[in-house]
Amino acid sequence: MTMKVTLSLNGKLVSADVEPWTLLVQLIRDHFGLTGTHVGCDTSQCGACVVHVNGQSVKSCSMLAVQAEGMEVKTIESLTSTKVLHPMQQAFKDHHGLQCGFCTPGIIMSALNLVAINPDPSETEIREWLEGNLCRCTGYHNIVKAISAGAKTMKVS
Amino acid sequence: MSEKAEEGLFLAGGMTLIPTLKLRLTSPSALIDLSDLADLKGIRQEQNMLIIGAMTNHTQVAAAPEIRNMLPALSDLAESIGDPQVRNRGTIGGSISNADPAADYPAAVLGLGATVQTNSRSIDADSFFTGLFETSLKRNELVIEVCFPIPKRAAYIKFPNPASRYAVVGVMVAEHEDGIRVAVTGAGPNVFRVHEMEQALEANFSPEVIEDISVSVDSLNEDVHASAEYRAHLIKVLAKRVIAAII
Ligand SMILES: Cc1cc2nc3c(=O)[nH]c(=O)nc-3n(C[C@H](O)[C@H](O)[C@H](O)COP(=O)(O)OP(=O)(O)OC[C@H]3O[C@@H](n4cnc5c(N)ncnc54)[C@H](O)[C@@H]3O)c2cc1C
Ligand code: FES
Ligand code: FES
Repeated sequence: MTMKVTLSLNGKLVSADVEPWTLLVQLIRDHFGLTGTHVGCDTSQCGACVVHVNGQSVKSCSMLAVQAEGMEVKTIESLTSTKVLHPMQQAFKDHHGLQCGFCTPGIIMSALNLVAINPDPSETEIREWLEGNLCRCTGYHNIVKAISAGAKTMKVS
Repeated sequence: MSEKAEEGLFLAGGMTLIPTLKLRLTSPSALIDLSDLADLKGIRQEQNMLIIGAMTNHTQVAAAPEIRNMLPALSDLAESIGDPQVRNRGTIGGSISNADPAADYPAAVLGLGATVQTNSRSIDADSFFTGLFETSLKRNELVIEVCFPIPKRAAYIKFPNPASRYAVVGVMVAEHEDGIRVAVTGAGPNVFRVHEMEQALEANFSPEVIEDISVSVDSLNEDVHASAEYRAHLIKVLAKRVIAAII
C-alpha cells in the first residue's frame, strides 16, 4: 500500500506516492533526485541529512516522508539556483570550512537555523549548536569560523 | 517487544521510535501519528501549575517565556537534551512514555512531583516510572499532558554523555510547599528518589548535609560509560552542586 504525500519542496508544490515507511531523506533523494542531502549514519547522530521543515532544522533520516504532508521542506539546493553562492556557502569556501564536503550540506542547513534565531552567534554558541553535526575531516575550527563569517555577511546583506 | 508485533504504536517526534524501527526492535502493524491532535499541544498556566501538552517539543519548552519565568529548571533541562535537531522533533510525551533510563524529563516529572494526564486517568509521578523502559501506561493509553506544580525553588544538573548528551547521571532537586524531592536519572534502571537526602535537606538545606549519604551501588547501572561506583559518586557530587546552585 502506498500513500500520497504532498509538500512544498524548495518552494515548489510536489506530490509522490510512497510506501508509508519511506523516510523523508529517501523522498528527497530517490523520488526527487535532490542528492545534496546526504545520509551518513542513518541513526540520527551525524546530521549529514539535515534539512529545514517549516523553517526548523531536522534530521531527515529520522522523519517519515508522510510526516512532511503539507509542510514546507527546504534542502541545500534551495540556497542558490545560479553560480552565485549563498553567503553561508561562500563563507565555507572562503574559510576552508570543508574538506571532503560530505557533512557540509547538513552543517550549512543547521547553521542557517541557528542564524535565523540568533543572527550574531558567539563561537561558543556555534560550537554548542553543532552538537548534532559530525565532521570527520576538518576538526571543526574552520567550520566555526565560516559560520561566524557567514552570519556576519548575512546580517549586512 | 515481539508481543507488540501485531499492534499499532503512537508516533510522536520519532527520535526514538524511528531508529528503533530501523533496528527492527519493534514492528508495529501501524503507526498513529499524533502531530495533528490539538489536545496534545500547547503550554498553559492554571493556578500554581504549568501544564505542557504531550506533543510539545524540547525546543518549545526551552524557549517558552512562561516556563523560563516560573520553572527555569525545566527550561534548562529541555535545553540540555541532545542537539538542536533532536530538540526540534523530540517531545515531552515521547520522552516520558519511552522512559529511557538516561533520559532527562523523567527527573523533572519525578523531582517536581508532576502528574501525567492520559486519555483515561491521572498518574502521579511516584507511580509512573516502573522499570527499564517501563511505565504504568497501559496498552494504547495516550499521554495527553503533564502538569507540573511550581516549586519554591528547583534546579537540574546532569553529567552528559559526551556523544549523545543523555544523562550518565542527572539530579533534580526541588523544594515544594510540602517538602523536598531529590530525583536521580541515568543511574538506575529508572528514575528514583533519594529519600535519605530529602530528609537531611528538610532539616538543613545545604550541600554539606548530604556529604555522608551514599546510594547503594547494588541497584545502579554499569556500562561502558560508567561503573556503578562512579555513578554513585556522581549522584552525590551533582546533588551537592544542584543544592549549591539553588541556594
Ligand atoms: C542523537 C539523540 C540524542 C538524544 N539525547 C537525549 C538527551 O540528551 N536526553 C534525553 O532525555 N533524550 C535524548 N534523546 C531522546 C529524545 O529526547 C526523544 O525526544 C525521546 O526519546 C522520544 O521522544 P519522541 O517525541 O521522539 O518520541 P517517539 O520516538 O515518537 O516515541 C517514543 C515512544 O513513546 C511512545 N509515545 C510517544 N508519544 C506518546 C504519547 N503521547 N502517549 C503514549 N505513548 C507515546 C511511542 O509509541 C514510542 O514507543 C536523544 C535522541 C537522539 C536521537
Ligand atoms: S544520516 Fe541522518 S543523522 Fe546521520
Ligand atoms: S568535510 Fe569531510 S566530513 Fe566534514
